[in-house]
Amino acid sequence: MSSIELKNIVKKYGDGFPAVNDVSLDIADGEFMILVGPSGCGKSTLLRMVVGLEDITSGDLLINGKRVNDLAPRDRNLSMVFQNYALYPHLTVFENIAFPLRLAKGKHSDDEIRSKVNDAANMLELKDHLERKPANLSGGQRQRVAMGRAIVRDAEAFLFDEPLSNLDAKLRGQMRTEIARMQRRLGVTTIYVTHDQTEAMTLGDRVAVLKKGVLQQVASPRELYEQPVNLFVAGFIGSPPMNFLPARVDGSTLKLPFCEVPVGGPLAEKLRGLDIVIVGLRPEYIKDASVADVPNGVHFSAVVDQTEWLGNEQYAYIPYEADHAVQSKLDELDRDLDGEGMRTQMIVNLDSRSRILEGDEAQFAFDPAMMHVFNPETGENLTRDDEKAAQIARDSEQQRKAALERARAREAQGADRSAGDRSAADGSAADGEARAS
Amino acid sequence: MESNISDKTKWGLAAVSIPIMIWTIIPILWIVATSLKSDAALADPSKNMFGNFWPKSPSLDNYRLILTGGASELFNPALLNSIIICLVATFIAVLLATFCAYAISRLDFPGKRLILTTALAVSFFPVIAMVTPLFNLWRQIGLFDTKIGLIIPYLSLTVPLSIWTLSAFFQQIPWEMEQAAQVDGATSWQAFRKVIAPLAAPGVFTTAIIAFFTAWNDFVFAVNLTSSNNARTVPAALAFFTGASQFTQPTGAICAAAVIVTIPVVILVLLFQRRIVAGLTSGAVKG
Repeated sequence: MSSIELKNIVKKYGDGFPAVNDVSLDIADGEFMILVGPSGCGKSTLLRMVVGLEDITSGDLLINGKRVNDLAPRDRNLSMVFQNYALYPHLTVFENIAFPLRLAKGKHSDDEIRSKVNDAANMLELKDHLERKPANLSGGQRQRVAMGRAIVRDAEAFLFDEPLSNLDAKLRGQMRTEIARMQRRLGVTTIYVTHDQTEAMTLGDRVAVLKKGVLQQVASPRELYEQPVNLFVAGFIGSPPMNFLPARVDGSTLKLPFCEVPVGGPLAEKLRGLDIVIVGLRPEYIKDASVADVPNGVHFSAVVDQTEWLGNEQYAYIPYEADHAVQSKLDELDRDLDGEGMRTQMIVNLDSRSRILEGDEAQFAFDPAMMHVFNPETGENLTRDDEKAAQIARDSEQQRKAALERARAREAQGADRSAGDRSAADGSAADGEARAS
Repeated sequence: MESNISDKTKWGLAAVSIPIMIWTIIPILWIVATSLKSDAALADPSKNMFGNFWPKSPSLDNYRLILTGGASELFNPALLNSIIICLVATFIAVLLATFCAYAISRLDFPGKRLILTTALAVSFFPVIAMVTPLFNLWRQIGLFDTKIGLIIPYLSLTVPLSIWTLSAFFQQIPWEMEQAAQVDGATSWQAFRKVIAPLAAPGVFTTAIIAFFTAWNDFVFAVNLTSSNNARTVPAALAFFTGASQFTQPTGAICAAAVIVTIPVVILVLLFQRRIVAGLTSGAVKG
C-alpha cells in the first residue's frame, strides 16, 4: 500500500523523439488511476517505466517518497498484469500463482505458500483449475490466473497493461467489475492502462488522458466528461463522441450550421477577438423537441439522414457543411483520436420513444448552458468552469475515501469472523479478504 | 494445414515422393543386405536372390567378426571413442550455444550481427581445408591422437549450427515471459533458469540431436587427426578394416559396422521426428 509520484517523467528513444514528455502525476495510497489515450500516446511506456522495464530518461519516480529510478523491477515490489497475460506455460496454475512467492526465497514456508495461493484462487474462482496448465484454460481463466499472480504477494501497487483487450465483449464487462471489486477490497494503489474509455470511466478514481506523450488532463471521470480542459479530452471522452460544430462569432451570437446561439456574460468576453470557434455538444444534450421540453433551449430544425435504434436509445445522424476555416483543425483532431476521416455530421442521442424517421425534417432543441466552446487554435475550452470542476474533484475524492473506508471496515469484519472461525489460524490479511466474500 | 490439399495434389505428391523414398532407402537396404552376406556370397551372385540383392542364407558372421572376432580390437574401442567424443562435444556445444543464442536473441549489443554471420561463415568453411593446418598444430602441441584433439574441431562444427537453431528458438519465446518473471521478483539468472530454459527445452533437445549427428558422422577429422585406438572413431575405424586375407575386401564387415553405427541415429530420429521437424522449421514458420 503506497503512494506513487511521477515528477516530470520523460522518455526519449534512440531517435530523440519523446514518447513520454514531462508527465507529472500524483497517485494517492489506494487510488485507482487510469492512463488512457489513443494508441501511441505513451501510456504503456509510462506504465513500463513505473514498473522498471523501461529506463526513465529524465525525471523522478517516487514510491512512498523514495526515489526508485535506478531500482531493478524485482526491487520495486510492484506487481503487473500483462496484456497477453504472460503466464508460464510449463507451470500449473498453482505454480504460476505461487511463482512470486517461491522467488522470495526463505520468506514463505510451503504451507504459507499453499494457503496464500488457495486464498487468491478462491477469490478469483480458480479453485477447480489449480492443477491445470495455462494452455488448457479459457481466455477469462488465464486472465484471472494473471491477476492471481499479481495479488498473491503483498505488492506496493498493481499495474495493469490493457488487461482486458484480449477478451470478448461480454467477458470484458464481467472482468471489469471483478477488477473494480478486487481493487476496492484490497485497497491497493492501482495504475491501469487502457484505450477503452468505458474501462476508463467506470474503473478509475481518476483518469489521466495522454496525447502523444503529453498529459492533457488528470481528473475524475465526471470532471473529464463535464469539464474537459481542451478539444482533445472532450473528443476522446464520451461515446458516441461529442459533436464539434464550427461556429462564427458575430458580436454576441454564435452562428452554428443549424442555428444561432446568443452568448453573454464571461463567455462573450472570452470570445472577443475570435472569428471562429468550435462548439462542442454532447449527443445526449440535443433533444427531439417533439418529445422533450427544453426550457430556455435553442431550437432548430434539420434533416435526419440516418437513424439507429438500439432499444434503450436511438442515434440520429445529421450531415452539415463544415466551415473550411476549422475543417483542417477538426481533421487533425480526428487523426489524433485514431479516427478514419470524419464525416461532417452531427450525432444526436434521441429518446427511444422519438418517432423521427430517416429523411424527416425534425425539430431539435438544446440547452446552450450545456454547450462547450473551444478556441480552434489552442483547443482550449473557453466554457470550462474551474469552480464547478473543483467541486466535482472534491466530491469524487470524498466518494473514493468513503468507498475505501467501507471496504476496509468490511475487511476488518471479515478478518474478525475468520479469526473466530479458527483461533489457531495464522490470521493473515489475505485470509481475511478471501473470507470476507 | 492438411485440409486444403485436394485429392489430385495428394496423388501427385505421392507419385513424386515414392520414387524419392525408394531412391534414398535402397542404398541403406543394400548395406543391410551386404552385411548379412557371407564372404562366399559376396563373390558369387548365384548365392543371392533378387538379382544379387538379398543373400539366400543370411548370416550374422560379419557382426560376430566386428563385435567379438578379429575386427573387434579395432571396432569396439572405436565405438566407445565415438560415443564419448560425440557426447562431450554435443554437451559443450549445446551449453555454450544456449548462452550465446540467449544473449543474441535478448540483448542488444554491438557486434551481434557479426557473431551470427561469423558463425554462419564458419559452418560453411570446408572441413578439408582446416584439417592440414590442424594436423600440424595438433602434432606440435600434443593434441594429435587424443580425444580432446577431436572434440575441439567438432565444437567448431557444432557450435555455429547450434547457435543458429537455438537463437531461432529463443526468439520465439515471448519476451514478456521474462519481463513478467522479473516483475515477479526474479533476477536475470532466475528468469533464465526458471522460465526461459524450460520453455526452450524442446529447442535445446533438437539442437543437441543435430549436433550429435554432425559429430557422429564426421570422417575427415577423425581419419586425419588420429593414429591409434586412442581416439579413433567408428567412421575412421571402418577404413582400417582388413579382410580375411590380403586379397579379400572387408566389405561385409564394413557394412555390418555401418549398420551398427546407423542404428542409434535412426532410432533417435524416429523417436524425436516431430521435435526435429519442429526445430528445423521454427523461426521460418510462426507457430
